[in-house]
Amino acid sequence: MYNLSVCSFMAFGISLPPKMVLASLRLKQGNGRCTNVPRNVNLEKLQNNYLFPEISKRELQHLEKYPNAKVISLGIGDTTEPIPEQISLSMANYAHSLSTAEGYRGYGAEQGNQALRKAIAETFYKDVAIKDAEIFVSDGSQCDISRLQLLLGSKVTIAVQDPSFPAYIDSSVIIGQAGDFQDKTGKYQKIEYMQLSPENNFFPDLTITPRTDIIFFCSPNNPTGHAATRKQLQQLVDFARDNGSIIIFDSAYATYISDGSPKSIFEIPGSKEVAIEISSFSKFAGFTGVRLGWTVVPEELLFSGGFPVIHDFNRIVCTCFNGASSIAQAGGLACLSPEGFQAIRTVIDYYKENARILVDTFASLGLEVYGGVNAPYVWVHFPGSESWNVFTEILEKTHIITVPGSGFGPGGAEYIRISAFGKRVRIIEASWRLEKLFSMGKSPFLSL
Amino acid sequence: MSLMNNLSTSTISSSSSAFLAPISFDSRTQSVAFPLKNINVVKCITNPQEQQTAYKTKVSRNANIAKLQAGYLFPEVARRRAVHLLKYPNAQVISLGIGDTTEPIPDVITSAMAERSHGLSTLEGYSGYGAEQGEKALRSALASTFYGNLGIEEDDIFVSDGAKCDISRLQVVFGSNVTMAVQDPSYPAYVDSSVIMGQTGQFQKDVEKFANIEYMRCTPENGFFPDLSTVVRTDIIFFCSPNNPTGAAATREQLTRLVQFAKDNGSIIVYDSAYALYMSDDNPRSIFEIPGAKEVAIETASFSKYAGFTGVRLGWTVVPKQLLFSDGFPVAKDFNRIVCTCFNGACNISQAGGLACLSPEGLEAMQEVIGFYKENTKIIVETFNSLGFKVYGGQNAPYVWVHFPSRSSWDVFSEILEKTHIVTTPGSGFGPSGEGFIRVSAFGHRENVLEACRRFKQLYK
Repeated sequence: MYNLSVCSFMAFGISLPPKMVLASLRLKQGNGRCTNVPRNVNLEKLQNNYLFPEISKRELQHLEKYPNAKVISLGIGDTTEPIPEQISLSMANYAHSLSTAEGYRGYGAEQGNQALRKAIAETFYKDVAIKDAEIFVSDGSQCDISRLQLLLGSKVTIAVQDPSFPAYIDSSVIIGQAGDFQDKTGKYQKIEYMQLSPENNFFPDLTITPRTDIIFFCSPNNPTGHAATRKQLQQLVDFARDNGSIIIFDSAYATYISDGSPKSIFEIPGSKEVAIEISSFSKFAGFTGVRLGWTVVPEELLFSGGFPVIHDFNRIVCTCFNGASSIAQAGGLACLSPEGFQAIRTVIDYYKENARILVDTFASLGLEVYGGVNAPYVWVHFPGSESWNVFTEILEKTHIITVPGSGFGPGGAEYIRISAFGKRVRIIEASWRLEKLFSMGKSPFLSL
Repeated sequence: MSLMNNLSTSTISSSSSAFLAPISFDSRTQSVAFPLKNINVVKCITNPQEQQTAYKTKVSRNANIAKLQAGYLFPEVARRRAVHLLKYPNAQVISLGIGDTTEPIPDVITSAMAERSHGLSTLEGYSGYGAEQGEKALRSALASTFYGNLGIEEDDIFVSDGAKCDISRLQVVFGSNVTMAVQDPSYPAYVDSSVIMGQTGQFQKDVEKFANIEYMRCTPENGFFPDLSTVVRTDIIFFCSPNNPTGAAATREQLTRLVQFAKDNGSIIVYDSAYALYMSDDNPRSIFEIPGAKEVAIETASFSKYAGFTGVRLGWTVVPKQLLFSDGFPVAKDFNRIVCTCFNGACNISQAGGLACLSPEGLEAMQEVIGFYKENTKIIVETFNSLGFKVYGGQNAPYVWVHFPSRSSWDVFSEILEKTHIVTTPGSGFGPSGEGFIRVSAFGHRENVLEACRRFKQLYK
């Protein structure tokens, strides 16, 4: 459960424009004396709270309103199934060994444990010749995204898919790349938003996409669930090569792929010179709380002056980070053993079956439903609607938390993201409640 | 020709003594920085012919990172150690360089972590994402253990994966348009993160300082507390006490002056209290012991040197509600935003360990380990004293700051390494006022510390 008490003395709705917020804060602070340190103007540009704490907040408010409601969370993509025993056992054993003279270890390499780096290379990149030296173990993608932004600095331009995982945009605003937010379009001035829609098969039309230095690309995609085809990724790599851009490829959901789509950008020829790949144990192994991920920076990737990107990333990792928890890394190594990997596959299949049930539910209601095949997210279209309204309607009437598509960018405005993490019995219960809501014309959002 | 050869595997043992067998789970020294003394000389690692044909993107390198002069200090020390071991494969190298803890973590703490790990495999015990600010029980325990009577509350505390990461996250909060002051010498992450963030100008080789950073000299002459009357106003003041590397602990009187200075200037102090529990003297352990500090200070702290959590990764930052930017906006709110967006919480298993650390049994066990390292420190101080050196620190921190007048600290570092196979840290790595000093860290197995002292006596008798 998210602890929102830090914000409890700043109780304001997200609909308040920033100026009004400040006035109310000053009143509340009263006797507080200010420093002379100016607030970071980049942080002022952020429009709202980060999306997922906002969803949590709404969940808490709903529970206060309906204390007996059996709320089902299909919002934040939080894993629910226990970690396979052999993996947690290896973490427990490692913890115990830290109490022994032979087993105690202090600082680990900032880049990660050597055996783990090797195992990641062998498990995920064997056929594409990525070396363990090009792999940097981390405490997760959200952290890696910000470290990559620190690496790149405020002067680069970025493109994101629209809709996309909010950390790309938010971290870009924070570091100073994004320019001002434009209320009219719902976009930051300097960010290039590459529209994803059913019309373009959820792959951007690169012929109309201007050049940016960096292109964030997530596949399988959060939130749409679309996995780019080999052909599409080749187009993307060619586009990057022609423009001298760097793709940051987020492959956090690669292990959910069902249809033979590429699992790594490095399957595409020419990609090593234009791409960085980030990935995570979170959705793969249920490590959302354990915190483990990795970033691949190929040696061939060079800045315009010829300087290797990996060199600077290493510097960031050594200066702004101190390695992922050694216990988490021990767990990671166990995940990549044959037995561990097999056990994890079973859990992934469990979530994928959840996704299938949800897809079927929405499809049977005649709704436009996307995703759910290559990712644990289902992306449902409610044409003509405003997604926060649909979110609220669903929450009020069925006590189900989802995520409004506009939280992922203006391209998500008419969509709802339903995550497939959860106990089977809850997924089935949720499906039943949604059927009740949307059948028989009970919802104004159903367009038949 | 790949530059990366040196980034990857080596079979060097990481332990502070070469007695121990090679390990399967490596440590810092196995992964080294580039074998280049002057990084800024190298633009591209391929040979000229390859350079012409190698594909280059059109993305400019971040000019801020280009300002950094060399690798981060500690990987550089590790690199030299690795090179030394290649030269003398049979040498019994003793590491008193990087401040890496060596003693096992007390059982009460690791059992809690093991239990939490096991719990993750059960229906009742599985947990996914935790609160980014940290688990409630841990935040509460931190508040009551360290800030009991100081009016710091649970929700002022943000649990992290360590102080080094928190320093960078704080820099991200502050942004590039603030000025900062550091002690000189100081822990290199403050300066380096400031450069990366774009707060500084270029490195000025003649004075060995980055333009736009205010370096507050801390030397024997001023008792290692800066003369605030000569310090220019900056937005942020990084202050570490007990100090790494000098070991100096600021008195209540000194900290009162520092807080007043910050108040007068409307500055924010970032107070690094990572070594507070090493304090022998009766000095403040938290900046918040000083009246008025809540309106001018942030405090960072860490389990690393208390619980041997250097690899487990756990720390915390306190941002009081009363701390406001110039427009009245609470700093905690922005820090919370960064924590929610650029971070995703510390490892839940590590947090379970942290909670166990703060149980009565855990606190007692930590004090024992701290006491062990303090005894090491005493031995090292006595050794250098007996050799006639001017020795500082060691009383309130696990670091001994030894003066080698008129000598280059990297030269002394190399001499010690070459002649005694002991790794230390050259003072100039911590700033220009560290020149002429060597930092000897007191983490190590007792027999290694004793052996090291024997070798020092041999070399400098």
